[in-house]
Amino acid sequence: MTLDHPRVALFVTCLVDLMRPRIGFAAIRALEAAGCEVVVPTEQTCCGQPALNSGDRATAIDLAKRVIAMLEPYDHVVIPSGSCAGTIRCHYPEILEDDPEWGPRAHTVGAKTYEVMAYLDEVRGWRPEGVALPVRATYHDSCSGLRELGIKAQPRRLLDAVEGLSLAPLAGEETCCGFGGTFCVKYPAISNAIVGEKAAAIDASGADMLLAGDLGCLMNMAGKLHREGSRVRAFHAIELIAGMGDGPAIGEEA
Amino acid sequence: MSAFSDRVDLALADPILKIAVERTAGTAEAKRAVAVDAFPDFDRARDRAAAIKDHVIAHLGEYLEMFEANAIAAGAKVHWAQTADEACAIVIDICKAAGAKSVARSKSMLGEEIGLPHALAEAGITRVETDLAEHIIQLADERPSHIIWPAMHKTREQVSALFKAKHRSPHEEETIAAMAESARRELRSGMLGADVGISGANFLVADTGAICTVTNEGNAELSLVPPRVHIVTAGIEKIVPSMPHAVHMLRMLARSATGAALTQYTTFYTGPKRTGDHDGPEEMHIVLVDNGRTTMREEGLAEMLRCIRCGACMNHCVVFRQIGGHAYGGTYPGPMGAVLTPVLDGLAASRDLPNACTLNGKCQEVCPVRIPLPTLLRGWREKSWREGLEPRTMRAGIGIWAAVARRPRLYRLASGMAVRVMRIVGHAGWIKSLPLAGGWTRHRDLPKPASRSFMEQYSQEKRR
Ligand code: SF4
Repeated sequence: MTLDHPRVALFVTCLVDLMRPRIGFAAIRALEAAGCEVVVPTEQTCCGQPALNSGDRATAIDLAKRVIAMLEPYDHVVIPSGSCAGTIRCHYPEILEDDPEWGPRAHTVGAKTYEVMAYLDEVRGWRPEGVALPVRATYHDSCSGLRELGIKAQPRRLLDAVEGLSLAPLAGEETCCGFGGTFCVKYPAISNAIVGEKAAAIDASGADMLLAGDLGCLMNMAGKLHREGSRVRAFHAIELIAGMGDGPAIGEEA
Repeated sequence: MSAFSDRVDLALADPILKIAVERTAGTAEAKRAVAVDAFPDFDRARDRAAAIKDHVIAHLGEYLEMFEANAIAAGAKVHWAQTADEACAIVIDICKAAGAKSVARSKSMLGEEIGLPHALAEAGITRVETDLAEHIIQLADERPSHIIWPAMHKTREQVSALFKAKHRSPHEEETIAAMAESARRELRSGMLGADVGISGANFLVADTGAICTVTNEGNAELSLVPPRVHIVTAGIEKIVPSMPHAVHMLRMLARSATGAALTQYTTFYTGPKRTGDHDGPEEMHIVLVDNGRTTMREEGLAEMLRCIRCGACMNHCVVFRQIGGHAYGGTYPGPMGAVLTPVLDGLAASRDLPNACTLNGKCQEVCPVRIPLPTLLRGWREKSWREGLEPRTMRAGIGIWAAVARRPRLYRLASGMAVRVMRIVGHAGWIKSLPLAGGWTRHRDLPKPASRSFMEQYSQEKRR
């Protein structure tokens, strides 16, 4: 189904809402450039991932139903996060499987939910035009996007269209950064050991900029890089793709 | 502090452990990648492997009966054990009936699972571990830290020191060859003088009654053929219908474990020595062990019974690579151990294991039989939540967050406040310490949020 002007619901995620609104605005800018009518449903909060991964299935189901009902009216749902998109696309249908009413609704909404870069590339066949940023960046493949949604080539294809940007290879680019949602606060010592190695690899890549598609992972890596005194600056890839890569990086004052 | 976090702290504070784990797991990871790349259509081969196991698990009773009948026809005695204790008791009884003073043991994780080394010691039977790594573990009086390389947590330097302290005529040169020779001198007499040989089985072949073992050192053959009695202990899920199935599984096992096309030694044993045979044991006993496996099938963990104990999931696990196998505290470490240990030791004693995982999915990606490990771990988390085993602070935290997330207006208010608080404690873009996020700020900085949330900014823009 290719619509000329799909009505797209933007689900910004609780982290983007709270910590880095620019990512939401970058997503809107890119989606509009790709011919979408973007609507931000105002009753959105969180997709329920913390409950789901903590074992609180009842709460996860409750929040899933709210989110599904909210997103049903739109042609597509787009999210600047592989892990939240993965939750709606893969896990909502799972947890509602046995529910004769909500199961099919979960499937329908799941099937039209996309991570933003995958959506722009695969569904819209869009490329940024006239966006330039001379920078040597490196890309970390966040786990849920990579393994639940198969996001790998899409962001690279979009970034390829950014003039002047070159991507440095990152050793262990598919290795988890140790964020893992609540994992990083429940098992801080293990998480720290993992992100410590990740930060070292990022530094060793020789890049000036770190890119990824999930704010949680980005905050984890950027926070470690900053603590270690690294100069590598971190951005959500959609910011660069939307031509907003010349603004403040994560942790820089506007 | 729970025992798990103690073990984790100990592991993280040990730089030598890190080097040792990285050497072995890192090499295995690289070799597996090469082997999988060279394997035509590995994904289809994995589908087939998973299908073979699923089929067997769905018809477990029938195949076990078939195996039993064929093993008996080949001259073996078949025993059934419901629990670990029963399994040990059966093995000890056989040893006693054979008048055994010493046994040669070839590495078996099931033996560890049922506590066989301990049971043999209690019965006053000397045990010779014939696998090199198990021998190291026995000398050090430790437990295996990996299912393929039980001594992977030790560096060569540590092993050298251990041999010098414990071997009767240790090596003098610091070479691997000299060390291996020292172990060989130490082990040969024990292997050849044992009354009973005990092994596990990688596969039980239903239509012939054969058992299959793989080793890289040939120690299974050496420790099982000379003794008068051979005892096999095997989990009931090790069954495959026929030889071609066993061969398919072997290909998956070897590549996933070490990246090799096959292991050096793959042996099929069918019954004891027959008239006319030059060698082989006079008696062969096969102990088929359940120890929770039937309940796993009934309680939503059937997929875990596909596991062929290759160790790929742990080699590729970011958590295992940091903390090593001992930190898991059970017989089986890594992702597969985090699923199995609650079955064996109870969830109350092991709730940390399914939780201490980032759910990054790498284990599932490399598993040769496609076990959905993250899903199974989530299942344990749900059970732990239902049974009230999760810490109270955790439950309260999720409770408050959920109450807010259910009410968009309250959520707006709360997030607006959170943004303001964080901006007050932040400094030049970063927050160095935040009381409620100590787990985060102990090790990393937290970026300061923008002055207003996305929703605030967005609705304001729209009003304009
Ligand atoms: S769970 Fe899969 S990867 Fe892990 S040991 Fe078992 S078969 Fe191997």
